[in-house]
Amino acid sequence: MPKVSMKVNGKAVSGEVEGRTLLAQFLREGLRLTGTHIGCDTSQCGACVVHMNGVPVKSCAVFALDAEGAEIRTIEGMANADGSLSVIQQAFQDHHALQCGFCTPGMVMSAAALLAENPRPTEAEVRKYLEGNICRCTGCHNIVKAVLAASGQDVAAIAAE
Amino acid sequence: MYAFDFERPTTIADAVKALAAADAQALGGGQTLIPTLKQRLAQPSKLVSLTHIAEMRGVCRADDGSVAIGGATPHAVVAKEAASLYPALAKLAGQIGDPAVRSRGTIGGSLANNDPSACYPAAVLASGATIVTNSRRIAADDFFRGMFATALNPGEIIVEVRFPVPEKAAYAKFPQPASRFALTGVFVAKFASGVRVAVTGASEGGVFRWKEAEQALSSNFSAEAVRGLSVSPAGMIGDLHGTPEYRAHLVRVMTARAVQAAA
Ligand SMILES: Cc1cc2nc3c(=O)[nH]c(=O)nc-3n(C[C@H](O)[C@H](O)[C@H](O)COP(=O)(O)OP(=O)(O)OC[C@H]3O[C@@H](n4cnc5c(N)ncnc54)[C@H](O)[C@@H]3O)c2cc1C
Ligand code: FES
Ligand code: FES
Repeated sequence: MPKVSMKVNGKAVSGEVEGRTLLAQFLREGLRLTGTHIGCDTSQCGACVVHMNGVPVKSCAVFALDAEGAEIRTIEGMANADGSLSVIQQAFQDHHALQCGFCTPGMVMSAAALLAENPRPTEAEVRKYLEGNICRCTGCHNIVKAVLAASGQDVAAIAAE
Repeated sequence: MYAFDFERPTTIADAVKALAAADAQALGGGQTLIPTLKQRLAQPSKLVSLTHIAEMRGVCRADDGSVAIGGATPHAVVAKEAASLYPALAKLAGQIGDPAVRSRGTIGGSLANNDPSACYPAAVLASGATIVTNSRRIAADDFFRGMFATALNPGEIIVEVRFPVPEKAAYAKFPQPASRFALTGVFVAKFASGVRVAVTGASEGGVFRWKEAEQALSSNFSAEAVRGLSVSPAGMIGDLHGTPEYRAHLVRVMTARAVQAAA
């Protein structure tokens, strides 16, 4: 079987995969990084979003072998060095932006990609950017709130319930 | 998915060679092909990944003044790098799917696939772009051959797309909210020689030029010029998102909006 090597959350990793092995599968089953979720497996829901060379991708729609040599960041790489939650993760907790938590890894990775590109997005920009991430529980208001809060904006008046 | 071999060439020449194998298939960003493989609707013996070929990525202005886009350039890169060279095209690229789809999906994959609701075909046809493959150049007017069909031969790859830059242009997309593809999208491009109007998402024949509107807009480039025109619902797509009549109506509405945005 072909071998693939990449950097995941700063650590060099490698493993044997098939041509058809998806990046999501390699992360979850090969590396046991099960924080990346597979929701739809059809490129629709965004639960599997990770960063590949700094940009968000749906890891259920990337072959592991196409990630050869890439820098991958998953939800496991989002906490601070001391293990405490990152600003975005903490904002999700503070603003009740998750219920069952299934969509959360993808939401957090997409939110991080948005804030890296646009540090102070408007509410409309947040909603637009998260178009490819589906949440069945929260109704999304609190997710939008959390992302705006993580960008340092006052959210008292935004996304009123 | 059925099993297949995987190759990652770094030059066009090696990719063409790899694609000569029986049942080998090109892989762009995989945003269409991977879901297709998961449904076992395709069974290639080998996938040849095109996204590691540096000479097929990026955006630049060519010597003839046109904007050249590498066939394996992701939508997000076009959205950024074409922003000053051809703003209407960059804007179209920035509206395809969602951010993660735009990170991976490529212009070559979108054109080769020729989904009847895809966005790029409208820009390519309205701009009168040229599709450059590993073996020839194909004019946009000869490239699209109906729903999911193109002039490409088996094993032929799109290495570049060259867009003449219009004086004014805009794309108006009415998104189908679940898929984010175009329920109907219209790209209008005004050149010194006349106006070209290309419609996607509406016809069962795939992207098409709306000649009547082109004529009207060439003598009067304003939304008013298309107000009195109409498109026949015959041959328009009818599905649970919209009837043929609804799409035919949207063609005129989105054309007027595109003209307004361009003017
Ligand atoms: C959730 C979602 C939303 C989307 N929304 C939109 C939208 O709003 N508008 C829109 O236009 N599209 C949309 N798409 C489609 C997206 O733009 C795809 O990227 C595109 O259709 C295919 O490009 P790809 O690079 O991923 O090609 P792939 O999926 O890799 O390949 C598609 C086909 O093209 C062939 N191919 C690939 N590259 C080349 C090449 N260079 N030369 C010759 N043949 C090639 C392959 O063999 C295959 O047959 C969406 C997709 C998803 C998953
Ligand atoms: S699991 Fe990848 S998009 Fe849903
Ligand atoms: S919290 Fe349950 S799907 Fe989003």
